[in-house]
Amino acid sequence: MDRDSIRKGLDRWGRCGMVVAAVLCILLLLLMVLGLLWKSWPILESHSLAGLFLSSVWKPHGGQFGFLAFIVGSLCITGVAVLLAMPVSLLTTIYLSEYAGRRIRAVMSPLIDLLAGIPSVVYGVWGVLVVVPLVKDYLAPLLGRFSSGYCVLSAGVVLAIMILPIIIHVGTDVLKSVPQGLREASLSLGANRWETVKHVVLRRAAPGLLAANVLGVSRAFGETMAVLMVAGNVAVIPKSAFDPAYPLPALIANNYGEMMSIPQYDSALMLAALMLFVVVLGFNLLSRWVFSRMELHISG
Amino acid sequence: MRKQIEEIAAKILMIGATVVVAGMVVLILGTVLWRGLPALSWDMISQTPSGGYYLGKGGGILNAIVGSILVAGGATLLSLGLALPVALCLNVYFKTQSRLAGCVRASLDVLWGVPSIVYGAFGFGLMLWLGLRASLLGGIITVALMILPIMIRAMDEVIHMVPREMLEASDALGATRWEGAWKVILRQALPGLASAALIAFGRGIGDAASVLFTSGFSDRIPMSLAEPAATLPLAIFFQLGTPFPEVQQRGYAAALILTAIVLAASALARLVSHRAGRFVIR
Repeated sequence: MDRDSIRKGLDRWGRCGMVVAAVLCILLLLLMVLGLLWKSWPILESHSLAGLFLSSVWKPHGGQFGFLAFIVGSLCITGVAVLLAMPVSLLTTIYLSEYAGRRIRAVMSPLIDLLAGIPSVVYGVWGVLVVVPLVKDYLAPLLGRFSSGYCVLSAGVVLAIMILPIIIHVGTDVLKSVPQGLREASLSLGANRWETVKHVVLRRAAPGLLAANVLGVSRAFGETMAVLMVAGNVAVIPKSAFDPAYPLPALIANNYGEMMSIPQYDSALMLAALMLFVVVLGFNLLSRWVFSRMELHISG
Repeated sequence: MRKQIEEIAAKILMIGATVVVAGMVVLILGTVLWRGLPALSWDMISQTPSGGYYLGKGGGILNAIVGSILVAGGATLLSLGLALPVALCLNVYFKTQSRLAGCVRASLDVLWGVPSIVYGAFGFGLMLWLGLRASLLGGIITVALMILPIMIRAMDEVIHMVPREMLEASDALGATRWEGAWKVILRQALPGLASAALIAFGRGIGDAASVLFTSGFSDRIPMSLAEPAATLPLAIFFQLGTPFPEVQQRGYAAALILTAIVLAASALARLVSHRAGRFVIR
C-alpha cells in the first residue's frame, strides 16, 4: 500500500463515517417519536381518546388518566405568556432594526443574549422572589381577587420574559431580510419612517414575524422548571388568571419518582411527553415552513 | 401634523418596550445578586453537605457544583465527538444545495426546539432499556443528546463562514476532502468551534429538566460514572422547596453561583471567538 491509496482510503471511509453521523441526527428525531410512542402505547390502547383528552379526572390509582386539566393549564399559561411577550418583543424588534443606532444595538444585543442565557431554574427563583409576591400582594388585591401568587398569571409573566430573546432574535433576522430598496422607495415617496415601517416593512415581514412568535409559543409550551416553580401545580382547570394551573411539563417533572409503583402511570407520563413533542414539532415545522417560503435561513 | 404625532407615539412605545427588555435583564440579575450575595459563603463552595443540610445544618453544595461541571463537561465532550464530524460533513462533503443536508439541518432545528423535559423522559426510557440506573453516565448521555443540535447548528454557522476558496485551494493542491476538512477548515474555524462548544456547555449546565430523572442526586461527589451525581439546578430547586428560610437563602446563593458559571461560559465563548479570531485568515 503506498501513501496515496491510504489517503484515498481514509477519505472514502471518512466520508462514509461522517455521512452516517449526519444521518444519525435525522434518525435521532425518528427514534424519539418512536420511543415515546412505543412507551405510551399501553395507555393509548387501554383508554379511549375521549377518556384521555376530554376528561379532567386524574386518578392514577384508579386507572383514570384525564389530561384535560393539564392541557388547558398549559394552553392558558402559554397564551398569557405570548399575549404579554408579543407586543413587547415586536416593538423592541422594530426599534432595534429600524430606528436604533449602532451604539444602542451594541448595548442591547449582549443584553438580549444574556436574557437567553439565564438558566430556567434561575428564572424560577426570580419568579418566586419577585413575581409571586407582586401578584399576591398587589395585583390580585388591586382587582379585588384573592390569589396565592402561584398562578397562571405569574407563570405567564415568567415565561413571557423567557421567550422574549428568541422572538426578538428571530424577528430581527426577519426584518433584516426585507430589501433595503423597498424602504428607500417608500422614503423617497415622502413617507416618514413610521409610515414606511407600517405600510412597507411590516407588510412584507408579517408572516415571518408571526412565525417568530410561533417559535416562541413552542418554546413556552415545553418550558418546565421555571413554570413548575411558580404555576401552583393544582390539577384543576383554571377559572381565571389568578388560579393555579398544572401544565404538562410540570406533570412529568413532578411525578417521575413515583411512576414506577402505579400501573400505567409511566405510560401516561410518556404520553404527556409525546403530546409536548408533537405540539412543539408541529409549531416548529409550521414556522420553518414560513421561513423557507420567505427564503430565510434562521437557526434558533 | 398627524403623521408626526403618530410617529412620535410609535417611537415612544418602541423605546418603552426596549427599556422594559433591558430593565428585565437588570432586574433578574440584580435580584439574584441581591438575594444571593448575603447568603454566599466560602463553606458553601468548598464543602459537601453534612447530614441535615436541607434542614438548615452546615455544609455546602460542592457536590452539586462538581456534579454539574462533570455532567455538562462530559456531555460537551461526548456530543463534540458527533457534532464536529457532522458539522464538517455538512459543509465539506455535501453539495451546497444538497437535499440530504437540508434534511439534516431541518431535523437539527426541530431537535433544538424539543423541550428538555422530553429529552429527560426519552433519556430515562433509554436508560431503562439499557439497564442503567440514575447515574452520572445517564445524565451525561441525556444532556449530550440535548445539547447536540445546539452545538452542531452553532458549528455549522461557524464553518459556513470559512471562505469556500480555502477548500477549493486545498482541492487544487491535490489534498483529499478529508484532509481539507480536518487540516484546513478545522484549523480556520477553531476559535468559533471552541465558542460553540462553550455555548453548548452553558446550556447543558443550566438545564434542570433533562437531569431530573437521569443523573439522580447524592450528597457525595461522584467517583465513578455509575454513581448518581447532584446537579446545581436541582440543588437550587430542592433548597427552595424546603420550608426553612436559611436553606432557601442558600438556594438563592446557589442560583447566584449557577448564573455566574453560565455567564462566565458565555463571556469566555465571546472572548475566544473574538481574540483567537485574529489568527484566522479571512
